[in-house]
Amino acid sequence: MRVLLALLLLLASAPVPAQTALPPAPYADRQIDDPALEKKARALMETIRCLTCQSQSIADSNASMAADMRSEIRQRVMAGEQPEHIRAWLIERYGDWVSYEPTANPIVWPLWGAPIVLLVLGLLLLRGRIRKGKRS
Amino acid sequence: MRKMLIWLPLVLFLGFFGLFASGLLKPDDRLITSKMVGKPLPAFALPAASSDRPALTSADLATGTPRLLNIFASWCVPCAAEAPQLMALRQAGVEIDAIAIRDARADVDRFLARYGNPYARIGLDARSAVQIALGSSGVPETFVIDGKGRIAYQHIGDIRADDVPIILDRLKSAQ
Repeated sequence: MRVLLALLLLLASAPVPAQTALPPAPYADRQIDDPALEKKARALMETIRCLTCQSQSIADSNASMAADMRSEIRQRVMAGEQPEHIRAWLIERYGDWVSYEPTANPIVWPLWGAPIVLLVLGLLLLRGRIRKGKRS
Repeated sequence: MRKMLIWLPLVLFLGFFGLFASGLLKPDDRLITSKMVGKPLPAFALPAASSDRPALTSADLATGTPRLLNIFASWCVPCAAEAPQLMALRQAGVEIDAIAIRDARADVDRFLARYGNPYARIGLDARSAVQIALGSSGVPETFVIDGKGRIAYQHIGDIRADDVPIILDRLKSAQ
């Protein structure tokens, strides 16, 4: 009975207010009326990293800063700005870190090149094996 | 040569093992530094955040002498913790302006009445727009702005007593 009462009280408890009493930014949790624009904004938001919850995208995060970033992105997309331009603007401020989309930055060239190198190595190995097989 | 090759997988394994172990043991660094350091301050114009301090525009920060731009909020606990250090900087003659993030005037007034007001101007950034434009990732953060309105240094987190000399030093070298 006491447990039940405690559970009931839990249900009745007031939610802890977020970091601020301010209402969320206008487009933080509201979609753009034009579905095509919303789709564009959504695709960008899913690949922008949240600064507060660092393993989430701003589309997934409940942090107030992520909400402000969502609103900022939606408003810019509505104003006609291209998503890749907004991404570049954010990278200029926070570095490559803020984007989940891999870039062509020289530092990641080894990563792009690794599959080709491994494939070539494999083919060389295979050729060696085949030659060896023919001889015996 | 062939005989040596047999050790290659083990060497590779040990190499990767070392890499992962060092990655796991290294303390987590979650600070996101602004890439705007060294660049001019983005242009902005914010309304006043408190009843007794004027509003803040980016032009107010390019006054010829280096000053501090403190990013704070009345709802932020570490911001209250750094208040005495900001007061000490103010008493040392440092000009400090501030941007209040996601705040309301009544809350800012209450915060300043309680923890002191070292600021010359306070702008209200209700939607974090200027904060994002600055490349700032949280509160509190403090930027050193040189006389020409260029961002010279970023301090992330609350200013502790031993950070005060570092900041004074940065202000001096921004001259």
